[in-house]
Amino acid sequence: MTETHMIPAPPRRLMPAGLICAALRPILDRVVRRIARHHPDMFARIAPYQRADFVIVPAELPFALHLRPDPKAPLLRAVPRNRLPHHDARIEGRFHLLLELVDGESDGDAAFFARDLVISGNTEAVVSLRNALDDVDGSIAQETADLFGPPGRAILAVLRRRSKRQ
Amino acid sequence: MTDTEMTDTDFSTAGELVCPAGTPAALRTAVDAGADTVYCGFRDATNARNFPGLNFTPEELQSSVAYAHARGARVLLALNTYPPAGKVALWRDAAAIGMRSGVDAFIVADMGVARHIAETHPGARLHLSVQAAASSPEAIRYYCQNFGVRRVVLPRILTIPEIRKIKSEIPCEIETFVFGNHGLMVEGRCSLTNWLTGLSTNMDGVCSPAADVTYERAADGSMRSRLAGFTIDSFAPDENAGYPTICKGRYTAPHRTEGFYAFEEPISLNLGRMLPDLMAAGVHAFKIEGRQRSKSYVRSVVRAFRRAVDSIRAGGEPDLADLVALTEGQKETQGAFQTKKWR
Amino acid sequence: MELTLGPIAYHWPAERKRDFYAAIADEAPVGTVYLGEVICSKRAPFFERELPATIDRLRRAGKRVVLCTLAEVMLPRERQATAGLAALDDPEIEINNAAGLLAREGRPHRIGPFLNAYNEATMAWLAEQGATHVCLPTEMPSEAIAIAAQAGRDLGVGVEVQVFGRAPLAVSARCYHARAHGRTKDNCQFICEADPDGMPLTTRDGQPILRVNGIQTQSESYVELLQELPAIAAMGVSHARLLPQDVDMVAVCGVFADRIAGRIEAAEAQGRLAEVCSGRGFSNGFFHGAAGYRRIQAAAATG
Repeated sequence: MTETHMIPAPPRRLMPAGLICAALRPILDRVVRRIARHHPDMFARIAPYQRADFVIVPAELPFALHLRPDPKAPLLRAVPRNRLPHHDARIEGRFHLLLELVDGESDGDAAFFARDLVISGNTEAVVSLRNALDDVDGSIAQETADLFGPPGRAILAVLRRRSKRQ
Repeated sequence: MTDTEMTDTDFSTAGELVCPAGTPAALRTAVDAGADTVYCGFRDATNARNFPGLNFTPEELQSSVAYAHARGARVLLALNTYPPAGKVALWRDAAAIGMRSGVDAFIVADMGVARHIAETHPGARLHLSVQAAASSPEAIRYYCQNFGVRRVVLPRILTIPEIRKIKSEIPCEIETFVFGNHGLMVEGRCSLTNWLTGLSTNMDGVCSPAADVTYERAADGSMRSRLAGFTIDSFAPDENAGYPTICKGRYTAPHRTEGFYAFEEPISLNLGRMLPDLMAAGVHAFKIEGRQRSKSYVRSVVRAFRRAVDSIRAGGEPDLADLVALTEGQKETQGAFQTKKWR
Repeated sequence: MELTLGPIAYHWPAERKRDFYAAIADEAPVGTVYLGEVICSKRAPFFERELPATIDRLRRAGKRVVLCTLAEVMLPRERQATAGLAALDDPEIEINNAAGLLAREGRPHRIGPFLNAYNEATMAWLAEQGATHVCLPTEMPSEAIAIAAQAGRDLGVGVEVQVFGRAPLAVSARCYHARAHGRTKDNCQFICEADPDGMPLTTRDGQPILRVNGIQTQSESYVELLQELPAIAAMGVSHARLLPQDVDMVAVCGVFADRIAGRIEAAEAQGRLAEVCSGRGFSNGFFHGAAGYRRIQAAAATG
């Protein structure tokens, strides 16, 4: 099986959230392991919060993301929005904004001032995560897409266009 | 490189753009966006932005200085907090690491720290931090005479005519803030954070530590910010927000029962349009606040001010892209620089 | 350890200040009294006329008198006031701004709490430049105070710590009293006179938090270190500072004097102080390295 076969179609509204989450599991798992391998410095910046559970809720997607930035056992998985796991901090905003924040293309403070970004729970954990991500050069989203070859890049382009339009 | 070989960097060009970096990536971003100088600090209490996940290890500082120097930019190391008795060694060690890393100057506030660097690293260039709160020619001259300070970062409380007057009475360069967080209290003289959280801005380098900040969102979309359990502000669903700092909070007083911004509303300083006046008043360097902000902020603000300074140097008007989207409360002010009525 | 009375932070009318210092001279068991306007240069002229008579009155009562300089020096009148005080040979002066240090040119002086003498290195520098006495910043925790007190002994300079009164938390170029009344600093009409113990600020859910005193921001509760006094003395701190509040300060001085002399235990002293300062809250968090507003019952501090 080649890598490209694992790419699901962009999520459709009719697909049950649980199914989407299950389908995303191997992909996200691979993504987070790759990030952990390629950006070890990032984890030093969140040292006190490597075992913290973050929930990231893209406003317009049917699922949320559960992140635990533990360099030994990094966790990134999709979870249904109505069944969020226990978490230390929650970050919510439009998918496009979240994507830009991860890639250092948007300023988190500015988004917060404008009320486009909503955070709750452990604020220090969120600030640490933000600062850690911001020290990564280049685009994590692009790296992730590259991981899956041309189809990955195509999907990222679709996601970016679509969320920008919304 | 030996300890005392701080190269005598050329700081002689007026209109120098001094830009913030909270991470090595932000430093590279600032340099690439046209910063003449970048300022940064270590991951500890020796600087006034001791925030979680922010700042530099000694190794990161060394490679960052190399990156900046290779591109003609300078690096300033902020050692601008006040060591409490018994902990001075941390600041001394930081200065020694800074020397070894090849930084171009130190930004200091504490007299003991200034004296130590002046005596132990005689080649080092010293800038007086805004945290020293030197707002008169006499105070500035005191630091110049005794510690050889070459530049003062002025508190954000003076009008342009007052700055011009000060310049005529001091032997050093002036750096002023031109963009960013608009501090209300005299820097280096504020213990508000310590009163509520037990962490000191002067001794620990923190202001409204994130660990003590909570945001509560109500069902109607309004949001309440708290610091160590004390309500700082609450924002209606569509109201722009600010940092959860005590000096930007809303309170009631006996005759102001509706809640008001007793100190200042969430707002940012932007002196973009005043750059030519500031240069004419003798300001040598322009400082952009925001080591706690993202690369994205650094890129946008540094690019905008780079263009502005370049067009002034070419004899034109400052060309400033709209930066209001990056400001606190999405509002800008010229603060004290414009009029004494601000006071 | 000697008790001192720090400068009045508020804009009390001149007659009130005169009467206040007359009572202090006659009845308060303090050794040193600090006079002068530290907060707002606009207020200074009101009491200047009374100053010589007040100094004389206090001295006749056996008090040592020290004049304080402004915490913030920016305007021409502030620079002049600072230079004027720095030129005095007598009385002693307490300097609160580096502008005063320049003008003093190494002649003997005291260092005020606004000058940020946080550590032994800064104290050593200042002592070499003529400082004879250092009042530490109010926010310093006990571990640092102990080391600073030792440094003071080694350097031969007095070391002073605030043990009573609202904590000075911040100063600004902007007058918040004027702002709260829709005025500017230049047109304040001395509205701060209406609040002899500061203007209370309360959070929007009803929690008293801060006091505004012109350009200064203070704590809502009073710092009170009655329980800690023996430990402070044992560290080698030479002077304990009481800041004037809008209460019976003679009685406050009496409580602290009795406690320092060991005539009463902490609990009795606190009971008496609570009566004198009825309605006020007390805090000791800074001393214990905790949030300043907290009130900590420290078993370790008994003695």
